[in-house]
Amino acid sequence: MTTSMDWTRLISRDRPGSRLLIILLIAIIAVLLVAPFALTGAKAISICVKIMIFAVLVASFDLLLGYTGIVSFAHTVFFGIGAYGVGIAIIRLGASWTSLAVGASAAIVVSVLLALVIGLFSLRVRAIFFSMITLALSAAAQTLATQLSNLTGGEDGIIFRLPPALMPSFRLLDTKIFGLTIDGKVVCYYFIFAMSVTFVLALLRIVNSPFGRVLLAIRDNEFRAEAIGYPVFVFRTLSNVVAAVFACLAGVMLSLWLRYTGPDASLSFEIMLDILMIVIIGGVGTIYGSIVGAVAFLVAQGYLQDLLKGASAALGSLPGIGKVLSPDRWMLWLGLLFILAVYYFPTGIVGVLRRPARRLDSSSKPSAKERLSIVYRWMGRAR
Amino acid sequence: MNRSDLMPLALLPILMGCAYLAIGNPAAWFTLTIAGVAMGMIIFTVASGMTIVFGLMDVLNFGQGIFITVGAYLSATVFASLSGYVVSPYLSENLLVILVAVVAAVAGAGMSGFLFERLLVKPVYGDHLMQILVTTGGLIVGEEIIKIIWGVQQVNVALPPFLSGAFVIADVAIERYRAFAFLAGALVFFGQYLVFTRTKTGLLIRAGVHDREMVEALGYGVRRLFVATFVSGCALAGLGGVMWGLYQQTLVPQIGSQMNVLVFIVIIIGGLGSTGGALLGAILVGICANYASFIEPKVALFSNIALMTMILLWRPNGLYPASAR
Repeated sequence: MTTSMDWTRLISRDRPGSRLLIILLIAIIAVLLVAPFALTGAKAISICVKIMIFAVLVASFDLLLGYTGIVSFAHTVFFGIGAYGVGIAIIRLGASWTSLAVGASAAIVVSVLLALVIGLFSLRVRAIFFSMITLALSAAAQTLATQLSNLTGGEDGIIFRLPPALMPSFRLLDTKIFGLTIDGKVVCYYFIFAMSVTFVLALLRIVNSPFGRVLLAIRDNEFRAEAIGYPVFVFRTLSNVVAAVFACLAGVMLSLWLRYTGPDASLSFEIMLDILMIVIIGGVGTIYGSIVGAVAFLVAQGYLQDLLKGASAALGSLPGIGKVLSPDRWMLWLGLLFILAVYYFPTGIVGVLRRPARRLDSSSKPSAKERLSIVYRWMGRAR
Repeated sequence: MNRSDLMPLALLPILMGCAYLAIGNPAAWFTLTIAGVAMGMIIFTVASGMTIVFGLMDVLNFGQGIFITVGAYLSATVFASLSGYVVSPYLSENLLVILVAVVAAVAGAGMSGFLFERLLVKPVYGDHLMQILVTTGGLIVGEEIIKIIWGVQQVNVALPPFLSGAFVIADVAIERYRAFAFLAGALVFFGQYLVFTRTKTGLLIRAGVHDREMVEALGYGVRRLFVATFVSGCALAGLGGVMWGLYQQTLVPQIGSQMNVLVFIVIIIGGLGSTGGALLGAILVGICANYASFIEPKVALFSNIALMTMILLWRPNGLYPASAR
């Protein structure tokens, strides 16, 4: 009895809401946990790490989109601040745990201040300003990162070393465990795993706190939330700050794994689109969606690009087809998929899994707005 | 717009004066100011359509940049296929090719705008969150289609002889094309001014921006009006694309989304739904960008964000908010 209570406390009593989803989540965590032992090949492992990083990044974005009802395009900026913060600190102060901590905390401070300023200026009047201003900011941040080349390494980015315990040459144990040498890379993997689990659980706690409930109220009816005494502007700004901190931490995780950071790795608009895509595929406003979505999307991304390459090689002789199917045009398919997902799959995987047994009347097609309100209803039911 | 409210206009001389003190060289300052105003007029061409679209129907198109790109690339194609006319020494042939390019760009952008509206925007009227997501998706797809048609390499556009080079008045070099862009932008502004103040359609649009429900209650179909406005907004973006492409003289597929950032800043500064505000905002952004890239090139884009921040501190709704919403 006590164990089951502890279990629900761990996930802040926010049950996944579907048996299949529970099985799925346990399976994902189990695979990620044993991945360094079970999976061979650098690509599979790097997809696993990407999943753990994006789970945090997207969950923090979900706090904004799904729980507060605002769209930020500056999420990659905070992601980049985290990644660059660690990189720059290590380059300047040497590869030690202290400089890692200094870099990460400096990045968090910068993120908090920037998110506060953005919120103060753009959320004061109308939430739509926020989207426009964050878009401008993310463009400016990309330019800045490439311009300040003595600090950020410009287009090339920066390569750096980590504390010795996280470097591949490090040996934790002399003997192999299940045929795997426990080197610094494996230590780093489990370090990131621990961070990812902690941060996602923390976000789950935040969205289920009284603070998270106020955010939901604002999302559903801004006017009413203000009328019953919750300052909408303050709550939205705070939510932006919290999301920024977690995005920044995801950036720290990224630089820990890659030992590299650059504009394309952390700041590009492509990553922003990945975030949007994952949050929609996984299920908006569920947090769990970020985990499931990251798995579905990143696995598909890792292997679909190969598929496109094959298809374009096979059909390349036909005029025009080769160009459209070329792996360079990956964003075309991603964009189309994104639009279709927003229209026809707005509840995402988690929403579908949580769908109540009573089927919706399939003959009457709900409008886009109705579909979105259906999403909100489902989310309410799950609670 | 409150007609007696002239305070925001003072920003222009203030900004120019501060820049003059920072630059300290009258000739350079004057050249930069002219360049800035020309750039502002180009941005205004795009921003005016977008701000009206937002004011009228509360639709914010994050994909507007794609029509800028379409316009720029179509005009580049026209220039390339009629290159004989472009380099011709006769002014009439130069003007003809520019006219053909403008018509092609406006028609192409307008048509793609119509498709965009029907396919993407129509299903999500009244829902900002969905609009932002869907139109962003549209921007990505559009950009990729541009890459498929025109390739990823940058395309160079040559200016006709009568627009290239500069003329010098009392030590101040003024590039011909900038003067031309200024005139074209002024023409667009006066054309819009006439449409808004002298035609019934213009009256309905202004009334719709101010209070859509009332106009609908009086029996006018705002939705149909909106589609027409949306398409003309896209056509204007196409025209802006032609002007911007000739200004830059090199085209990349991201040209539209890059400019879109400036357009957003202009719309926020000007106040949503206000053409006059957009004009003032565009000129402010144009000169600010030019001064900043002269004084400290690395922070050029941030200078505009700083400008916007300061203006929002003063007037949180922008300089001249026209919409009652």
